Amino acid sequence: MFLLSICLGSVDFSLSEVLQTLLGHGDSNAVHRQIILDFRLPQVLTALLSGAALGTAGLLMQTVFRNPLADPFVLGVNSGASLGVAIVLLAIGPIGLSLTDGLAGSGQMLLIFASSGGAAATLFIVLLLSRRVDIMSVLIIGLMISYTIGALVSILMFFSMAERLQSFINWSFGDYGNVSWSQMRYFGPAILSGIVLSSLFMKPLDALLLGERYAESVGTRTKQVRFFVLLGASLLAGTVTGFCGPIGFLGIAAPHLSRYLFQTNNHQVLIPASILVGAFLSVSADFVARGPGLDVVLPLNAITALIGAPVIIAALVKQGKMKRLF
Amino acid sequence: MGAQVKITAKQLSIGYQHSAVETIVASGLDCSLRGGEFVCLLGPNGAGKSTLIRTLAGMQKPLAGELRLSGKVMRDIAPRERARAVSVVLTEAMPSGMMDAYSLVSLGRHPYSGWFGGLTSQDRERIDWSIDAVGARPLANRQVSELSDGERQKISIARALAQEAKLMLLDEPTAFLDLPRRVELMSILRNLAHQENLALLLSTHDLELALRFADRVWLMTPEGNLLQAAPEALALNGKFAEVFATENLDWDVSTGSFRAHPVACLMVRLEGQCIERVWTQRALERLGFGISEDDGEAAFSLKVKKNSWELERFGLNQNFENIESLIEWIRSVDWKGQIAASKLARRT
Repeated sequence: MFLLSICLGSVDFSLSEVLQTLLGHGDSNAVHRQIILDFRLPQVLTALLSGAALGTAGLLMQTVFRNPLADPFVLGVNSGASLGVAIVLLAIGPIGLSLTDGLAGSGQMLLIFASSGGAAATLFIVLLLSRRVDIMSVLIIGLMISYTIGALVSILMFFSMAERLQSFINWSFGDYGNVSWSQMRYFGPAILSGIVLSSLFMKPLDALLLGERYAESVGTRTKQVRFFVLLGASLLAGTVTGFCGPIGFLGIAAPHLSRYLFQTNNHQVLIPASILVGAFLSVSADFVARGPGLDVVLPLNAITALIGAPVIIAALVKQGKMKRLF
Repeated sequence: MGAQVKITAKQLSIGYQHSAVETIVASGLDCSLRGGEFVCLLGPNGAGKSTLIRTLAGMQKPLAGELRLSGKVMRDIAPRERARAVSVVLTEAMPSGMMDAYSLVSLGRHPYSGWFGGLTSQDRERIDWSIDAVGARPLANRQVSELSDGERQKISIARALAQEAKLMLLDEPTAFLDLPRRVELMSILRNLAHQENLALLLSTHDLELALRFADRVWLMTPEGNLLQAAPEALALNGKFAEVFATENLDWDVSTGSFRAHPVACLMVRLEGQCIERVWTQRALERLGFGISEDDGEAAFSLKVKKNSWELERFGLNQNFENIESLIEWIRSVDWKGQIAASKLARRT
């Protein structure tokens, strides 16, 4: 899928051409080289990492909250990022700060700062509050903060000009094409460290399946584990949102599909499985969104849902009931 | 004797703390649990049984007093070390989906396994032993979500056993189980306590079962005191009757069971020595009659023999061949009129 996705796009290449270019001894022309190495490859790599990140983050959230509907964004990371971006695009932009043509160059970098900052700020507030309450309340606090921020964003949108609104909407569609090689230096390590951090907590996550009290009774430091797991999940989700915009659905779909495929709740299996399934779904969605053979690029968010939802429905229907799956 | 003291509490206050507000459920509790002893914790709803269990397990801070586990102060013990000494079975629901019984039991090995939770052959041995100890071998490969309440409870106890702790605290493990399964579970637990020298504390509402199985009873009173004694001693000194009596219910020390207050005041004179007499008496009490030994105020008298009930009323005799027809007859008579008549007769 990874290779297929590099080959096909608005310009199609043969598999051998791509392989030769990737291995560094191709004699193909410079334009093709540039498309493959500087555009196609980082985009597919971004899709891969994002999918892995969202799949893992979704799994962590579902386990910690013991809720099959939890996704990487339940703590409001998503809405925080969107507020950051909305402030940059809708509020600051119009009052004179020059954004180089919306979504390119330094403007792009500014957007990444804005959304990462927004995500981090929201996360900080939620984690701070979550230390004082039980896990169900954390879920609700996250939701309420999301609603609050969503309301602020709506107000900003209401007072904005049409073309500004358009670029905000474009951001909210999600796009893996924004991460260049220079940004990959931050994006890649952030995702990898998030995944490593999460993998360290396989055992306490298994214990958390029993509920917090039982987890404590087998020696788990529940609060500590909860904090680090939420931190890891939010780092993953926040990074993806910061660089690629809000990518919905993968985070909720990948863990469920992994559970269905491997018929287990054991995190030693589920974490690698969610990474792989998430990456696969993500690269596939990106592939479809770029519409091989077509000249249009479809909104990524629409494609993830279009691919993900039927998969989940099929898995649930086949399994009979949620209780057996979660 | 390996009766080494495992857990001791002195002047313990238990309850909840929210911000600055303390809700004390019970205070001044002195108790100790030692190995090889099966203790039942009894008390009416709201007396604080669950709170006491969670506090003794170190999952909830005591509001005051001293709690020690084998000499060490409970709150100074690291979670992992505590988990090797104390295991619990709680009322909380276990996870249901996508987990087989064996995996659930294996979670009990967490206090021993390494960072990623891999199991050694020693771990597997203990898991197998635990599953066999509760007689759950046929369940090991089944999904937890497909088990019945009783089966799930066994697995839950096996998980606690896998923890290899010398102290096990169980919060109402017999709730939701039918009577045969309750008896089975209680005897499994008692035998484990005796054979493995475990200190086992179990809270329950089932007074009659506790009386039959417990080595000792901890009785929590509604006032927040904790009485400790052999179950028979608490029956004889009237503490059971005192703690459990309600407006409509008595705990009857002669039968060791609860009895509803008679609603009407009609008396029946009952004779006989066979097993049928016992059940006839139960039927009469259920229907609202009192039992008397003399003729004086009896509405009727009954001579019970094997398969024969001889009834005498107003000097007339009537025979019943089975208890069913006797009960049917009693229910067909208008006793309210009878009560009124007897009250009138007493007045004149």
